[in-house]
Amino acid sequence: MAAPSYGLIATFDTAPGLYRAAQQVRDAGYRNWDCITPLPVHGLDKAMGLKRSIVPRISLAGGITGFVTGMTMVWWTDAFDYPLLVGGKPMFSPMFAFPVSYELTILFTAFATIIGMFVVNGLPMHYHPVLKHDHIRRGMDDTFFIVIEARDPRFNLANTSALLAQAGGKDIKELET
Amino acid sequence: MAHAEHAAAPAILQEVNPAVLPRAVLVANNRSFSWITEKICGIIEGKTPAWWWIFFGVAVFVASFTVAGITYLIATGVGVWGHANPVNWAWDIVNFVFWIGIGHAGTLISAILCLLRQKWRTSINRSAEAMTIFAVVCAAIFPVFHVGRVWYAWYLFPIPNSNVIWQNFRSPLEWDVFAVSTYGTVSVLFWYVGLLPDLATLRDRFYAAGDKFRSFLYGLFAMGWRGSNRHWSNYEMAYMILAGISTPLVLSVHTIVSFDFAVSLLPGWHTTIFPPYFVAGAIFSGFGMVLTLMLPLRAVYHLEDLITQYHIDCMCKITLATGTIVGYAYAMEFFIAWYSANPYEGFTFINRAFGPYAWAYWIMITCNVLTPQFFWSRRVRQNTTLVWVLSIFVNVGMWFERFVIIVTSLARDFLPSSWGYYSPSIVEIFTFFGTFGVFSTLFLLFIRFLPIMPMAELKAVTPQADVHGGSDHH
Repeated sequence: MAAPSYGLIATFDTAPGLYRAAQQVRDAGYRNWDCITPLPVHGLDKAMGLKRSIVPRISLAGGITGFVTGMTMVWWTDAFDYPLLVGGKPMFSPMFAFPVSYELTILFTAFATIIGMFVVNGLPMHYHPVLKHDHIRRGMDDTFFIVIEARDPRFNLANTSALLAQAGGKDIKELET
Repeated sequence: MAHAEHAAAPAILQEVNPAVLPRAVLVANNRSFSWITEKICGIIEGKTPAWWWIFFGVAVFVASFTVAGITYLIATGVGVWGHANPVNWAWDIVNFVFWIGIGHAGTLISAILCLLRQKWRTSINRSAEAMTIFAVVCAAIFPVFHVGRVWYAWYLFPIPNSNVIWQNFRSPLEWDVFAVSTYGTVSVLFWYVGLLPDLATLRDRFYAAGDKFRSFLYGLFAMGWRGSNRHWSNYEMAYMILAGISTPLVLSVHTIVSFDFAVSLLPGWHTTIFPPYFVAGAIFSGFGMVLTLMLPLRAVYHLEDLITQYHIDCMCKITLATGTIVGYAYAMEFFIAWYSANPYEGFTFINRAFGPYAWAYWIMITCNVLTPQFFWSRRVRQNTTLVWVLSIFVNVGMWFERFVIIVTSLARDFLPSSWGYYSPSIVEIFTFFGTFGVFSTLFLLFIRFLPIMPMAELKAVTPQADVHGGSDHH
């Protein structure tokens, strides 16, 4: 190709139309492609052949860190750094350290989940070739798109656009980088 | 798919052919995706209505009472509130627990109903979460200023300081610091994650309308969201995990709030029923407040297609269920007071119902136990004005519940020689009155500048989002 392009974008009017097209693109063996949807479409992950998200692992790591932080903090402050006898209670006990550790587990899990989600998604990314498409704003409203990237090994301008057209895609356009 | 499942089912199912219950319609009149976008974004994009300015003016005026009360307190000392021996905890903690409890319905709707796949939550979860955050803001005012010298409030957190001494983690009050600050933080995060796709919608709409400034502002917080399904996949997972951790969070927050009382030795406080009883009461009061806020919003913005009678029915039924649990808890407290044969415990409860604060006790019983019973009737639930009035009673009743628990137990504890009677000072009354203004101001700003319903989630529960040909199975 003369001018390097990001890839091809095709428009779909309905969610079921996009769903069936996604299955076809998946079965054609493409890897670097994406669907643009204004809502989370139930079952589309499977239709695209996506693996299960890795966000839960990041959350788990965050949760364990939070719990350990809580227990360590309570022990270090009240039983190690400055032991102070209050009401004849033990200097440290996992019992009274539990509520604080529990809350920190949740707090750290929440941060890990959200930061993890942003990092895995590569966001924030305020500039993206897809956002330059003329009709992309409808992708946040009521229209669906499939984008196949030029860097995909199977990408071929003629064949890929034929595939998209055959899958029911309309208004197939090249995206500039 | 439904047929395939039937085929695989035992033969008896083929024979009796069980009826499939129709699913409740969540978006009435078969509205399209773009109708939903237009409806919700239209509220933000349209001209500011005159009523908004009037309400906003009133809300800011009311909020100034809190500002004045707090300023006077800082300038003078915490003695300007009506606390004195033996009642050293009074309206401040009553108001704190009241506002925190209101917040809990927001988390319940967004988290627990999400995990239970109660799809009707989509219409109300955004504003209920906003309610949670603003309620936590109002709640935090009271304990923070009750510490007296508010400029030392950071001592509540384990930050190294020149005194070298650390916080006492054996105290439920310190647990409360962590519970409430975690609750506030996680509520904001959860709310923000839910807003993300809708902010992107607004960014693109303002861009198309040529409003570069607002497009930039919404776009900044939309983080470049572009509706990619690879993103949705992680997003949905993250959202579900947040719902999953918010559920134990909301239960733990009010449990720990109730530990503030239950871990002490005071008759009327020292009971094991407190955690579940407080959580049920919190959800009850929160749904009361959700109804109080949503019914006018529905009428003003004509959202009848999005908040249908089915939604109102659901909310009324939860109010009824939790109100009845609270009524059961009141009865059980009395039973245990008698059954434990502890004279102090027994006296406390007789004193609550027939002592100097009996008026507060009977207001509480009327509002919390009797009022929700009206929701058994379908005719009542269909009368939105009546539902709204009843929801106000619920709010009032739950405030009195906290008042009864906290003040009556402290006013008459073990020794008659140390009994007393507490009345709030005018500063306290103003401060509390003003928090309704603080809350309303924040809520009015929210409905003006942010989408009051999650558009992406609403679209996902419409029939045209279904790619499996109408059979909803999981």
